[in-house]
Amino acid sequence: MADIVALDRPLDAFAEQAPPATRVRGYWQSVFYRLRHDPVTLVFASIVLLIVLAALFAPLIAPFDPYKESIVGRLKPFGWREHLLGTDELGRDMLSRLLYGGRISLSMGVVPVLIATLIGGMLGVIGGFAGGRVNTAIMRTMDVFYAFPSVLLAVAIAGAMGGGIGNGMLALTLVFTPPMCRVAETATTQVRALDYIEAARASGASTAAIIRYHVLGNVLGPVFIYASSLVSVAILLASGLSFLGLGVRPPTPDWGLMLSTLRQSIYVVPAVCAVPGVAIFITSICFNLVSDGLRAAMDVRM
Amino acid sequence: MTYYILRRILYAIPIAFGVSVVCFSLVYIAPGDPLQTVMPPDATAETIAIVKHAYGFDRPLPVQFVIWLGRVLTGDFGMSIATRRPVFLEVTDALANTALLALFAAPIAFFTGYAMGVIAGCFPGRWLDRLVTGAAVTGVSLPNYWLGIVLVIVFAVQLMLLPATGMGPNGSTGFHIFEWSSARFLVLPVITLAMIPIGILSRTTRAAVAEVRNQDFVQTLRAKGLSEWAVTRHVLKNSLPQVMAVMGLQFGYLIGGSILVETVFTWPGSGFLLSKAIINRDVPVLQGTILTLSLVFVATNLVVDLLQSLVDPRIRRG
Repeated sequence: MADIVALDRPLDAFAEQAPPATRVRGYWQSVFYRLRHDPVTLVFASIVLLIVLAALFAPLIAPFDPYKESIVGRLKPFGWREHLLGTDELGRDMLSRLLYGGRISLSMGVVPVLIATLIGGMLGVIGGFAGGRVNTAIMRTMDVFYAFPSVLLAVAIAGAMGGGIGNGMLALTLVFTPPMCRVAETATTQVRALDYIEAARASGASTAAIIRYHVLGNVLGPVFIYASSLVSVAILLASGLSFLGLGVRPPTPDWGLMLSTLRQSIYVVPAVCAVPGVAIFITSICFNLVSDGLRAAMDVRM
Repeated sequence: MTYYILRRILYAIPIAFGVSVVCFSLVYIAPGDPLQTVMPPDATAETIAIVKHAYGFDRPLPVQFVIWLGRVLTGDFGMSIATRRPVFLEVTDALANTALLALFAAPIAFFTGYAMGVIAGCFPGRWLDRLVTGAAVTGVSLPNYWLGIVLVIVFAVQLMLLPATGMGPNGSTGFHIFEWSSARFLVLPVITLAMIPIGILSRTTRAAVAEVRNQDFVQTLRAKGLSEWAVTRHVLKNSLPQVMAVMGLQFGYLIGGSILVETVFTWPGSGFLLSKAIINRDVPVLQGTILTLSLVFVATNLVVDLLQSLVDPRIRRG
């Protein structure tokens, strides 16, 4: 009840000023209206933006070369000789490596989700719309991958293929495709049974046109929201793979890998060793909260 | 009811079969030959051919699969390349240690997460709800391998209260759960492992409780004059099936997805075995561990579905 009341209040306030009936807000207008009035989501969205920009412009803002090693400057605490976040086990500047590492950690979180959304979404729409045997074939295949815990599946594939950024991304894509497919399939199946699809077909619309104009509009919402919630999972999993030595290979900076190599040094500079994890945590929680905010604003139920 | 149980069990068989196909093909998606990692780089073509024949790698893939499946079904997972012990023993020993962690982490996570979710769901929009929702998002977003490291830094390195890693001086053979000298090794891994399920469970419980509270029958109960406490009892009962489904899934994750936490704490469980197998490129152990863990996961899901149908008769008809 509480959310309905909260939503009603601004709507009423708006209705007082606007001439009645002439200005009915469209779906996207109301989504943006709700987003604009959701300070929590806005704050975390700007942090996400900041993290992305920092990673993007890492070469410009990084104070040091992320690969430059120093034998005398190994494992130094915060603020040691202009190294704001200290240095790692090879004397490389932590802040610079963190900024550069963001590029890989972020892309390993976003790219697999994007590909999985494309593939899984497509399979789900095809399965949901075609129904029958096609649907059974697609969904039962996906069920097999559901039978693995996601961490285990990612580790299994990346482990068998021998690690590396590419293989890590492939493993994550394979992990996220089945749930994505299921979300798209559920949404499509729900729409398919509705009368207006029947009406469109009766009026002579082709299957492609029906999917394009009547199905996709209803599927994209849930798919988009689900994908946005997967990004934070993907970042955690990707860093986890690197942590196990199955993702990014040294000396490339990556948050998970940095955490893993610094783990040996917790007795020397405990605070510095915790830094990459803080980056992973902040990024992941911001993506999570933005996704929650979008879900509320777009009024998607899954 | 019997019909439902039978149908659900029959449905698990093709899934288990599919899982074994995936595990079998793991060896073959690796670039190059499955033997490449085992053979010395200077082996002659003749030697390679002999070894290939001896291991049956020269046969067609489907034939290899059937032979492999037949061996697996009798509990023969092959030999570990690294330790020369049967993979089956390695996996079962490790699985017992993983289960030990899960058996402690699960009740803690389930109780805490459920309690948090119920509190939040009963006061939607209030500060308690915000607090719980915030804590839940934190739990879900925490990289648990990092949390493990931080806990080690605080409690083992700085405060020196608890051991950092392992199971104690004698490993799992000298481990006695009822003695504090052994049990203290459990504390940090169990807390770390419980964090994600707590987050997920409190989110699900909150959503389920809030949803049920908005249903018409709750209004009726209130109109009938039931006390708030009695109404809450009805709400909790009706939200339970949904919560149970997530609990089951999380228990499966505790067993099958503990690889990161076990690696951080060098806990000699199945996840740690897996990460060792990856480093050593010990393919039989890799295959055996993944197969066992995913089959345990399938079995857990099966049991949860059956339990759920006991609690909620509506599922049986669906």
